[in-house]
Amino acid sequence: MSPTTWTAILLASGVCYLLKLAGLSVPPRVLDHPVVARVADLIPVALLAALVAVQVFADGPAMVIDARLLGLAVALVLLLLRAPFLVVVVGAAAAAAALRLIG
Amino acid sequence: MTGSSAPEDAPPAAPAPNDWPAGRAAIIRDSLAVGVATGTYGISFGAVSVAAGLTVAQTCVLSLLMFTGASQFALVGVAAAGGNPFSGALTAVLLGSRNTLYGLRMAPLLAYSGVRRLGAAHLLIDESTAMGVTRDSRPAVRTGFLTTGLSVFLMWNTATAIGAAAGTAIGDPRTYGLDAAVGAAFLALVWPRLADNRNRLVALAAAIVALGLVPVTAPGVPVLAAGGVALLAGLLSRGAALAELPEAPAHPGRVDER
Repeated sequence: MSPTTWTAILLASGVCYLLKLAGLSVPPRVLDHPVVARVADLIPVALLAALVAVQVFADGPAMVIDARLLGLAVALVLLLLRAPFLVVVVGAAAAAAALRLIG
Repeated sequence: MTGSSAPEDAPPAAPAPNDWPAGRAAIIRDSLAVGVATGTYGISFGAVSVAAGLTVAQTCVLSLLMFTGASQFALVGVAAAGGNPFSGALTAVLLGSRNTLYGLRMAPLLAYSGVRRLGAAHLLIDESTAMGVTRDSRPAVRTGFLTTGLSVFLMWNTATAIGAAAGTAIGDPRTYGLDAAVGAAFLALVWPRLADNRNRLVALAAAIVALGLVPVTAPGVPVLAAGGVALLAGLLSRGAALAELPEAPAHPGRVDER
């Protein structure tokens, strides 16, 4: 797995850098088209929301409800309370860990 | 939170104002605070990454070379789910595409060329854009952008190494709820973008599409397919695109996203 993982890491890192450089280099009119701009805005929303769902409910090909859901609920409450990122992440982990400890 | 109040087009060709030394010190102070606050949560990235099965070296290289947090979390998130590393890489790249938008906005403000542009590109992330874009002169834009970018870079990489080293020492990551931490991190990253209804609908649809595909596709594919929801919504919805620039944190302790 390791050589493939290394290739994926280096490839994705290189492309991510080129995407940054492209923004500083290409003429702004490339993204002038409203559809392109809208899709570009929505892609992070869709991908991050999907990552939340998969990360919390998927266990391989199965869907499960376990301590991760409690972690997500705690994260949601902390975000509503405007807690900083690190507090949200640590709070979710602590809640899941505590449930597993007593469960 | 303070909104972005920079003029829409006209790049600030203006020279620095007369009170520049004081203004410069204030920008540096604010930027360093953002850098330290943001960079610190590289600890969670480091720990989550080794829990997902990446080595300490792979984890540190990601922070050094990719240096864009949501993409890094995405790559290790797919790896944690047992996905093909290239599915993770593609997800990371799609998420990294928003930095292109930041670059389009920052290019006329920074006005870098040659080697300086090559260097500045690496530091082009949510926070450096947020702390640069609102300034009213070119020296101020550059000071905010560079100080924030460099301090996040230093802190993020140091914290990643610490988190990765700690992550290998603690045994089964599930005992510490690190698997739950990943979902929480993604929620925190998408949170600032859920302020409007269209984005909430897209997020909900994307989550449903992804979960529907989990039982029938290889790991990594559901998340990529959810990107199709963004494509569809972008094609079908009307109205001007919202300017999705990151906002400068209202106070340095609160950082919404990378």
